Amino acid sequence: MAAPGGDMQWCFSQVKGAIDDDVAEADIISTVEFNHTGELLATGDKGGRVVIFQQEIENKSLPQFRSEYNVYSTFQSHEPEFDYLKSLEIEEKINKIRWLPQKNAAQFLLSTNDKTIKLWKISERDKRPDGYNLKEDDGRYKDPNSITSLRVPVLIPMDLMVEASPRRVFANAHTYHINSVSVNSDHETYLSADDLRVNLWHLEITDRSFNIVDIKPTNMEELTEVITAAEFHPHQCNTFVYSSSKGIIRLCDMRESALCDRHTKLFEEPEDPSNRSFFSEIISSISDVKFSHSGRYMMTRDYLSVKIWDLNMENRPVETYQVHEYLRSKLCSLYENDCIFDKFECCWNGNDSVVMTGSYNNFFRMFDRSQRRDVMLEASRENSKPMQVLKPRKVCAGGKRKKDEISVDSLDFNKKILHTAWHPQDNIIAVATTNNLYIFQDKVN
Amino acid sequence: MEVNVEARRILAVSISKLYASRSQRGGLRLHRSLLLSMVMRSARDIYHSSRESEQPNGEQPATEEPMDTNCDPKEKARLAPDLADTSADMAPGVSDKLDESDCDITEDKENLSPAKQSRKRRGKASAAPDFLPSKRARLEPGEERYAAPVGSCRAGVGDYRSALTLNQVIPAF
Repeated sequence: MAAPGGDMQWCFSQVKGAIDDDVAEADIISTVEFNHTGELLATGDKGGRVVIFQQEIENKSLPQFRSEYNVYSTFQSHEPEFDYLKSLEIEEKINKIRWLPQKNAAQFLLSTNDKTIKLWKISERDKRPDGYNLKEDDGRYKDPNSITSLRVPVLIPMDLMVEASPRRVFANAHTYHINSVSVNSDHETYLSADDLRVNLWHLEITDRSFNIVDIKPTNMEELTEVITAAEFHPHQCNTFVYSSSKGIIRLCDMRESALCDRHTKLFEEPEDPSNRSFFSEIISSISDVKFSHSGRYMMTRDYLSVKIWDLNMENRPVETYQVHEYLRSKLCSLYENDCIFDKFECCWNGNDSVVMTGSYNNFFRMFDRSQRRDVMLEASRENSKPMQVLKPRKVCAGGKRKKDEISVDSLDFNKKILHTAWHPQDNIIAVATTNNLYIFQDKVN
Repeated sequence: MEVNVEARRILAVSISKLYASRSQRGGLRLHRSLLLSMVMRSARDIYHSSRESEQPNGEQPATEEPMDTNCDPKEKARLAPDLADTSADMAPGVSDKLDESDCDITEDKENLSPAKQSRKRRGKASAAPDFLPSKRARLEPGEERYAAPVGSCRAGVGDYRSALTLNQVIPAF
């Protein structure tokens, strides 16, 4: 039997987070991101904390066990703030984390809440100085008269300590809520996007940023579209894209002009008139946009589907995958319970052959582009035995429910997988349920 | 007409969501407010067009004509008189827009039936449209009004304060 999703057979590896059903709001995971080597996995939560997991060296005695991810560092990135002028609370929830490519022994990441971006340095300390002349071991100063000889202090090993320190704070540049952060391939600049503007920053400079896109109309009453996500091209440092609530993606070239209000390319698929409903606008709003690693394609996620676009073709996507088409007839209920506003993310695997995104009932989907196969899997505590192979799941839209299928009306809409990440090289995935992080890996090495 | 009923329910749900979002932590979300206003607009357009087809005499709501010179999109967003019960409770940023709209609402009042001219508590005998929910107690911050389960598309909506014209929601930022 051919394994779904290509030749991959996904197995449970680890789950992080509290077991209990009573979820503390601060523990709700709001972002997940692997670093460029995949050795580190960062999560951000609603409470403003960042937890970084590190992959341990492969366990040679158990070859089928790939490496495990263990907690490496935990720190409070953002705190709740209050904007006195507008009488508004600024949430500490981490909206996005993006790693910088590693340049030296330390690791750097950008984390952002609604208003402020911070650059964090995560460094290891495994040695400490010993043998000071003027100080005792506990730090107290010695009586100078008691010193009879001099010695050279030496560095001695100590237990590994991982420290996170904020190196830069990029504040006060966004009137609206920040939805995206993206590091440029030049490794010197990055962009941040809110509902109406995209700003360009230099990593070293915190008191200034350049506004490169501004879609705020002079009269706010004429507002029809907002920016929902933005990303730099992985190789071309002059190119970035931003997606909108109208389902449009605009590609901009920063060499053309200082203010990129005029796009270089515009990607839009004409709407299918047969699908028109009250909620057509909401479901066409793009919640995430991601370039492929190759830079040739980009993927967008809207409420019901994932679309792959070829950057050379603007008038329609080259591939469209329905994530949960069975929800199309339930849009009214999903509007009432607010689920229709959920922002799902999507991600590519290392070689751009498979894409993944989340759904409800703790289901997530993978679409294998090359093999034209797809699979729906579930992240649940019941399927959490070590190396347990995940069984494909199926939802029955109506009519006769087959054995092992779950009916649409039994889906738990409070259990949603919004954030997923794929290791940049290996078949290891991180899937975030409300407050747990599941790590799955491919059984076949 | 089923579409009409659906449109009214969606309109009522949207209004309550708009109101609830004002007390949300982190402030009003522009994207969400925009999407809500779009749904409300579609629902309102459908509601109007189905009402017009019900009343072939063409009883046009008076507010849709005046102030055409000012701002077209704004006028198109005006709610019909029977939805225009005013709210005392606007977001701070909307206050200057309110001044403008007050005179429209005054105009509305001239066209309202006597039963609606009073802004005081309505009795059961009032001619309020049946889809508008009855007033309920104010929620404490953080309290949820309702949680509509999937599969039941009932209008379990809470309190509403209408007369926020759709486009006034956005300038509230």
